[in-house]
Amino acid sequence: MTKSKRFKNLILSVIGLLVAIYVLFPIYLVFMNSFKKQTDIVADPISLAGASSAQLLENLRQVVGNSNFRFWYAFGTSAAITLLSLVLLALFGGMAAWVISRNHKKRWAAVIYMIFVASMIIPFQVVMLPLISTFRDAGKFIGISLLQSIPGIVFAYCGFGGAMTVFILVGFIKGIPYELEEAASIDGCSPEGTFFKIILPLLKPVITTVTILNGMWIWNDYLLPSLMLGQNGKVKTLPVAVQSFVGSYVKQWDRILTAALLAILPMIILFALAQKQIMSGMVEGAIK
Amino acid sequence: MKPDSVAHKVLSPVFLLVGVALMVVSLIMDFTGSSFSGRGAMLVLGLIMALTGLYLLPTLKYHRAIVYVIFLFPLLFAFAITVLIPLVLGVGYSFTDWTGIRFTTWVGLRNYVTMFNDPSFIWSILLTLLFVILNMILVNVIGFALALLCTVKMKLVNFFRAAFFLPNLIGGIVLGYIWQFVFNNVFIDLTKTSLLSQTKTANMAIILVYIWQYAGYIMLIYVTGLTQMPKDVLEAAQIDGANAVKTLFHIKIPMIASTFTICTFLTLTSAFKQFDVNMALTNGNGSVPGFMGSYLSNGTQMLALNIYNTAIAKNNYAQGQAKAVFFFIILAAVSLIQVRLSNKKEVEL
Repeated sequence: MTKSKRFKNLILSVIGLLVAIYVLFPIYLVFMNSFKKQTDIVADPISLAGASSAQLLENLRQVVGNSNFRFWYAFGTSAAITLLSLVLLALFGGMAAWVISRNHKKRWAAVIYMIFVASMIIPFQVVMLPLISTFRDAGKFIGISLLQSIPGIVFAYCGFGGAMTVFILVGFIKGIPYELEEAASIDGCSPEGTFFKIILPLLKPVITTVTILNGMWIWNDYLLPSLMLGQNGKVKTLPVAVQSFVGSYVKQWDRILTAALLAILPMIILFALAQKQIMSGMVEGAIK
Repeated sequence: MKPDSVAHKVLSPVFLLVGVALMVVSLIMDFTGSSFSGRGAMLVLGLIMALTGLYLLPTLKYHRAIVYVIFLFPLLFAFAITVLIPLVLGVGYSFTDWTGIRFTTWVGLRNYVTMFNDPSFIWSILLTLLFVILNMILVNVIGFALALLCTVKMKLVNFFRAAFFLPNLIGGIVLGYIWQFVFNNVFIDLTKTSLLSQTKTANMAIILVYIWQYAGYIMLIYVTGLTQMPKDVLEAAQIDGANAVKTLFHIKIPMIASTFTICTFLTLTSAFKQFDVNMALTNGNGSVPGFMGSYLSNGTQMLALNIYNTAIAKNNYAQGQAKAVFFFIILAAVSLIQVRLSNKKEVEL
């Protein structure tokens, strides 16, 4: 029994390893070929022949300093947009979700909630074209540039991420006993004080989930920034920068793969640090 | 600070008045076409001041209601401007000759008629449907198989879970370029010609990449479903002499029916919306010699990319918008069916 079980586990481990090799193979190729020259990559993309750290530095120098890519600038832009959007979504989402779930028996709150939930089926494609023209016209009208600007795109992410954020948060807040708030209210705590001092700290686990889901989406998103910021605009996020960089270096794999490495590295490092939280956050978001 | 304190009584009207005044002045400048560049900042400042004044209003009775309004305002405002208004405008624009900037006349259903007479669009619809169905089956089968593997008690299980999930972290655009390299320079030793060079194999390649990216995520959801299953049921089955296959089909699969619904829904909608990989891997290119009597060059172009290219690349905004509305209708129908089905199942359980 134990022997056959051990044998079965061995076979399963081997199968698992083979699948893992297949899954990780492209990432390995990116990593390894960043250490090689174009000619060496084309001659033999799988082996380590010609790989050296000096070549990696050379590739990095070419890519980071490239005027189409501007890695540090794109990285900073992506980081700023993602962080700002995440903080605002957590804060405004929490505030809105609290109001909705504390009034869920009233008709207006139920209607707002229904609109949020129903809007989750709206595909981005159906709003993207009018979105751009609305932002262009509204920006011109009020005298703030909403396209090609970080505040404009953060505003858009708050709008697009709002529905899912509220949906998940409302589900959680409904589970917080109302007595807690009544006690605070009797002790003379104002409604806004109750939210910030009592409810918000309790939301920490679910805000982590929401932040992971929104963060993965915003960091990797291509279509919205490419439309709002433009492919050749001044402000570029990392995916847009990779896209325009690759467009200008067709088949220059040493540069393309090094750029790809730089683009995926932040996420992989983050995953290594917070693997458990990211994996459970992604699952919880899907189940709710 | 009590609501009836002097500070409130003085500050509230001051903030309200100054805020409203700032907003009015900047709006007048907007309407009169002023070129003063600070008018946008004035509007925002005025709005914030007016809301602060409202918050400081010396009233106990309405304070709670005011807080509710202020709390709801930011998210609802952003949501209305980015989702609701563009949706309404978008549906309207699909009946006009909109150029992306302005429209001159209503054209009724013309955009819709043109779109369904366009073989390349019909091709995109059929291709997307095929892609969605194949992916839904393959991703779920593979994801579930991997989940079974990853719930066996063995040493490497945590490594497997992380490794299988890893591709999901990488954005579709970067991923598409990486796989372009793999197909054109690495797999070519096995396939002789690149999979991407022919329409049929290029579509297979897109499916392959999609599974590679998505199966690990779906696996994680199945893993959660399988590990949350009560242990005593499985033990009872074992004592009754059920073998692994019987346990799988008669206990495990029926017990995680709701997880299947979630995963089917997830793969369905995400496959429908597939854009990034499609764009980076093939950009929709691929020849189809004879389809509805015409030669097509968009052999690997899914719906989302077709919409994008119609509007942005071909600069035909009204047509692209009509296609997008059609896309929305399909997705809404699919979602409604899905919700119906999952509700029914839950009642039966």
